[in-house]
This record gives sequence, C-alpha cells and structure tokens, in this order.
Amino acid sequence: MALPPLDKDGFLRDSGDWDRDVAAALAVEEGIALGDAHWEVLELLRRYYATFDSSPAMRALVKYCRQELGPDKGTSLYLLKLFPGSPAKVSARLAGLPRPANCL
Amino acid sequence: MKATLLLMNRAPYAGTLARAGLDAALAYAAFDQSVSVLFAGPGVLQLAPAQEPAAIGRKSLRRLIDSMPLYDLEAVYADSEALDRHGLAEDDLPAFVTVLDPAAQRELQDRHEHLLAF
Repeated sequence: MALPPLDKDGFLRDSGDWDRDVAAALAVEEGIALGDAHWEVLELLRRYYATFDSSPAMRALVKYCRQELGPDKGTSLYLLKLFPGSPAKVSARLAGLPRPANCL
Repeated sequence: MKATLLLMNRAPYAGTLARAGLDAALAYAAFDQSVSVLFAGPGVLQLAPAQEPAAIGRKSLRRLIDSMPLYDLEAVYADSEALDRHGLAEDDLPAFVTVLDPAAQRELQDRHEHLLAF
C-alpha cells in the first residue's frame, strides 16, 4: 500500500492518517509481524495520545502499560520483546504517533 | 543527588519556552533526576483546564502536564497568588499539584540547589 506522508524520521505527519493497514505496512519496514499482543500496545498508545496529547518516553509507557494492562505487561522486558531496539520509539511509530521527545 | 527546581513562568502559547520547560521537566524525570516544578506568574495558565490549542497547531500543555505522574513526577507546585490573579481555583488543577503561598515557595526554593527558569 502507499503510506501516508511521513516526516524525516519516518513517523506519520498526521496521526489522523493512521489505521491498521498503515500500522501493518510500517511494521513490515521494522521487521515485526504484528500479533494480538502488539495490537494491544498500539491501541494503548492511541489512547495515550488522545489523553495526553504527546508520545510517552519509555518510563511513562511502561507505567501506563502497568496501569492499563497489568503488572505482567508493564515491564521494559515485555515491551522490548514486542518492539525490539527502542520500544518507545518503534511502538509510537507503528501507532502513528509523533516521535517521542527525550528518546535516545 | 542535586535537586533541581524548574520555574515555569510563561503563558502556555505565547512562545515555545513553556513547552520547552515541560519537556525539560519530563526529561529530568525520565532519567530519574530529582526535580520539582513550580508554576508561577502567567505560567499558572499552563494548568488551566480545557485548553484547545489545536486551532493554532499546538499541543495541549495541560494534557502534557496530566502525564507527569506517569513519569513519577509529582513534586509539582503552583503559586497561590498567581492562581488568584488569573482566576484559577484549586479544583481546576490536576490533583497532584500542590498550591503554595509565597512563604512556602521560599522554603521550596531553599530546598533546591539549582533553579532553572522558563
């Protein structure tokens, strides 16, 4: 599929362009096969953005997952397994959010 | 650990310094640095509810502030006199914000070694 416009870091310019097909196409670029556990986190990030008008840094993402999905899923390790490398950055990109600030 | 107090003195959308200050606060917290935030002067307007800055292409600073507890940043204070001056009541603020009178603010500043003003 043709992707909507991206910024120089590969993040959607307009988070309103996001849908599941866009997420799946971006995931292919990241080498990630999206399963239910991935979708759960991506939907959570969409809710985070709707609530806080920002993309979470890792610390906030972990804590939000712990609050919303429970202690088993609210860990860095769980998120690292789903979104290897830099979970906050990769998951925000796949969820159609802007690049998180303060992200190494 | 050296404690840092960030003084948020700017109206929310007059420039970009207010946003820069909040980003700095979240960065300190994200990296586990000891940080407190004091909203004073026109900066208390950053705490006002129901900000709708999308029309000017900006993100809501109040909603960014609402995420502070997710960064374990809850040492957040507001100047009582500035709140009065700008017509804000304690009920308008996020629940984790503590209102301080001028004497309590001086004590707060004395507890910190560094002060960064935005």
